Amino acid sequence: MAALNKVLDVAGVSKRFGANEVLSDVSLQVDKGETVCVLGPSGSGKSTLLRCINWLERPDAGQIYLNGQRVGVSGAGIAMSDRDLSKIRTRVGMVFQHFALWPHLTVLQNLMEAPVQVQRRPKAEVRDEALALLEKVGLVEKRDAFPSRLSGGQKQRVGIARALAMRPDLLLFDEPTSALDPELVGEVLVVMRELAHEGMTMVIVTHEMGFAREAATRVLFLDRGRNVESGPPEQFFAKPETERARQFLQRYAGDTANGKH
Amino acid sequence: MIHDFGIVWTERALLLSGLANTTILSVLAAIASLLLGFALTPALMSKHLAVSGTARVFVDGMRCVPFLLFAYIVYYGLPSLGLRWDNWTSGLFALIVYNTAYMAETLRGAWVAQPREPIEAGVAFGFSDLKLFRRIILPPLLLSAGPVIGNQTIQIIKDSAFLTIIALPELTHAASSIQSRHYVPFAAFITAVFLYWGLCLVVEAGVNSVGRLAEARR
Ligand SMILES: Nc1ncnc2c1ncn2[C@@H]1O[C@H](COP(=O)(O)OP(=O)(O)O)[C@@H](O)[C@H]1O
Ligand SMILES: [Mg+2]
Repeated sequence: MAALNKVLDVAGVSKRFGANEVLSDVSLQVDKGETVCVLGPSGSGKSTLLRCINWLERPDAGQIYLNGQRVGVSGAGIAMSDRDLSKIRTRVGMVFQHFALWPHLTVLQNLMEAPVQVQRRPKAEVRDEALALLEKVGLVEKRDAFPSRLSGGQKQRVGIARALAMRPDLLLFDEPTSALDPELVGEVLVVMRELAHEGMTMVIVTHEMGFAREAATRVLFLDRGRNVESGPPEQFFAKPETERARQFLQRYAGDTANGKH
Repeated sequence: MIHDFGIVWTERALLLSGLANTTILSVLAAIASLLLGFALTPALMSKHLAVSGTARVFVDGMRCVPFLLFAYIVYYGLPSLGLRWDNWTSGLFALIVYNTAYMAETLRGAWVAQPREPIEAGVAFGFSDLKLFRRIILPPLLLSAGPVIGNQTIQIIKDSAFLTIIALPELTHAASSIQSRHYVPFAAFITAVFLYWGLCLVVEAGVNSVGRLAEARR
């Protein structure tokens, strides 16, 4: 049944900050194993959309379902308790533009913190898994380093491993390579590509057009808070339907070459 | 002169008990004002103007009152409002309330200077309330505020000397008793100065070890 495969369902979400309508009636469904890339100019509401998914922002209208469970609102339309919200959030991993690692913890501790403290999983098991994840992102030798001692690319690989350590059903990426020096972008995209191949379910906000073209199962183009266009990447990049998307792609044409590391 | 220090030596028990009292006063006041400062910091940053305004008036008010005057008010003034405390209670109360204002302001500064993203990551990873504060917000805050908290602790040690005027038997009071008993002002006060200095060195050693922890993470 298709419905069982649906990890994320964003249904008609709107959000405004004061008079500024940042999201207007945005819908998005993501099936298990999909990599959806969200594209759009700066200020178009991409971050806000991601932040609504794990309820860092409360949408003004619309619903969000994670594996069929309503996010942020419990049965009778009451705001969800912190406990339930926290449970949902641990099933959604988030990767931040500026890494947002916890500066007082070592790399390994960053990975173990939420699984041990929030999910209350046994420490030994979490530690083994965290080390395996560090192996996977190529940073096992940095496990006892503090984040401040790492390069941007290394920090972001730790950021991805930290999100994976919670065994999430869904990973959200908010411009994971935008803060990186160009020569460090590749090492992060390699990890993300691998996750896509392994069938991790991901929603990725990015300006890396090359990556989106290759790795996305679907792209969603946001402009001024509206879902202007969405579809398979081959179609979007070759024959965008709207003038807005065409202009946007022209502006980022240079990045298409860049992204193919 | 050597002879004068000899006299001070014979009164060492008095000096040491003064030193012990100064240490107890300062440690209690530093811990209590730090904790109360933590409680007051969110009020200073509250979105409700009534709350933040009240906290602000208290903090700015305290910081403009000389400590000596404040201690006078607590010990001699409050009894006329029906609050009559012994000198220990009054002294400790004055030190704690006065320094809470400084601690709150220090912590507020360190708090707003913290990057927002790691805290938001904490929320996104399921931390909330007390656990968010304890595991994610507090540790980097203490590391960055450590040196200023240390300075404030040294300030508390020095302010506690004023409590001699309400006859609290702390170090300055002990030195003063020795000098009036034996007429050896220079020897008695210099000895006290060195003992204060020793206390400050201990605090600074603590600050330096926090600084080393912070440096490794910077
Ligand atoms: N917390 C907030 N308060 C007020 N305005 C906000 C807030 N967050 C975002 N915005 C505004 O919403 C719009 C969309 O922001 P954002 O979602 O960050 O866009 P993007 O990630 O696509 O660049 C911008 O105009 C931004 O200024
Ligand atoms: Mg953004």
